[in-house]
Amino acid sequence: MTQPAISVRNVSKRFGETLVLKDINLEVPRGQVSCLIGPSGSGKSTLLRCMAFLEEASAGMIEIEGEPLGFSEKDGKRRRQTAAELRRTRSKIGMVFQQFNLWPHMTALGNVSMALRRVRGLSRKDAEERAMAQLVKVGLEARAGHYPSQLSGGQQQRVAIARALALDPTIMLFDEPTSALDPELTGEVLNVMRALADEGMTMVVVTHEIGFAASVGNNVCFLDHGQLLFHDTPEAVFAAPRHPRLEQFLDTYLDRGAQMLR
Amino acid sequence: MTWTLFELLLQASLMTIFVSVTSILLGLAFAIGLSAMRMSGIGPLVWFARIFISFFRGVPLLVQLLLIFNLLPAIGISLSSLATALIGLSLCTAAYQAENLRGGFEGVPRGLIESAEMAGLSPVQSFIWIRTPIALRLTFPALVNEAILILKSSSLVSVVGMIELTKMAQNLAASTYMPLPIFASAGLIYLAINWIVAIAGRRAEAALPGLPAK
Ligand SMILES: Nc1ncnc2c1ncn2[C@@H]1O[C@H](COP(=O)(O)OP(=O)(O)O)[C@@H](O)[C@H]1O
Ligand SMILES: [Mg+2]
Repeated sequence: MTQPAISVRNVSKRFGETLVLKDINLEVPRGQVSCLIGPSGSGKSTLLRCMAFLEEASAGMIEIEGEPLGFSEKDGKRRRQTAAELRRTRSKIGMVFQQFNLWPHMTALGNVSMALRRVRGLSRKDAEERAMAQLVKVGLEARAGHYPSQLSGGQQQRVAIARALALDPTIMLFDEPTSALDPELTGEVLNVMRALADEGMTMVVVTHEIGFAASVGNNVCFLDHGQLLFHDTPEAVFAAPRHPRLEQFLDTYLDRGAQMLR
Repeated sequence: MTWTLFELLLQASLMTIFVSVTSILLGLAFAIGLSAMRMSGIGPLVWFARIFISFFRGVPLLVQLLLIFNLLPAIGISLSSLATALIGLSLCTAAYQAENLRGGFEGVPRGLIESAEMAGLSPVQSFIWIRTPIALRLTFPALVNEAILILKSSSLVSVVGMIELTKMAQNLAASTYMPLPIFASAGLIYLAINWIVAIAGRRAEAALPGLPAK
């Protein structure tokens, strides 16, 4: 078997007394879309944030394309990586947040070209050229000069996707990318993600869009109370008879997508 | 009250404006530096910033100016009146501006810093390109307020030998025995300058691109 894009080994995470992730083991295959579903508070965001080292796992190891992320292991002991090591491993990862997190004092083009200039050291002209190409890709070239406050939620999220893609990541992480959007705006974001999946991007998507998980996902992971209950193809996961916890979850998230499966 | 006298006051007000604007800008730069120190997590820097800020906020500006004016020559540094005035005013306003900025830096949503981190920006780059501009926008009204306070406080620099608007008014009042029209004119000039600052500030604020949603 080829090396996975992300491998999560025995990862646990506690916040104070509460154990939020319980001994998670997961391999995210390359070039596939892995969807992370589960009830609110089950630890989906925490797991995804651990995969970007925005959250430090309390125990266990995470590897990005075989490279340890955040910690390296020596003689069974975890050692914190240096900032430079972390930045190098992290550069393979693009992250898209529920709240978009665009920088409000920069235009769409500014947001997308920022790191190209300041981190990758491109000239302003080159950076903006590449940024513009990404904006074209998400269909927002006409909005390049707009500030985030002048864009709809769906447009902001597409800019955020373009910003992440501009740095040529091999893996894209999405944390409920459409949850902050009005229902009529989710489609434009999901379409961009679908196109990205078709290009073969490795994606991990935390989502409540069960329809997206079922139709675009190659794998579905179901998280419940910090435990990875199962991990399989959407066909297998959603086929009856379903796991009772999943059944319960689908009952509570009777969104358009879930209804489709009934 | 003759036109010549008024012209003298106007000329002196240029010094007031120069000293104030320079101090505000220098103070802003120092304030950003103090904020960086305070957030650096490096013990001695954090303490330096804290002590600096509480000293300059706790001691009257007049006393600070007299201290600098008398202290520096005592340790062998001789500075012009202008330099002393600029140092005194800018250090004082730096402390106040750093305190204003604290709220601004705390108001930068965590997610914006995380997205900078994910884009590969180092903490220093994130401070320069993301956190500081956002903190400045969030606290811009306080900055305009501070500018007005400094314009008024600049009258104190006469104690180190500067001839600015207030000092000129005092001199003219003493030599012409017409204190009322002269001080009234000086007051009006202060009022006009600060009125322009307030309006320009409001205009600039409206023109600043979006702030993060709260
Ligand atoms: N920074 C934090 N400090 C303390 N508890 C947290 C923190 N972040 C998340 N949690 C807790 O961890 C649990 C899982 O949260 P999260 O990963 O956000 O769940 P999900 O994304 O599945 O809704 C929740 O009970 C939440 O309250
Ligand atoms: Mg979440």
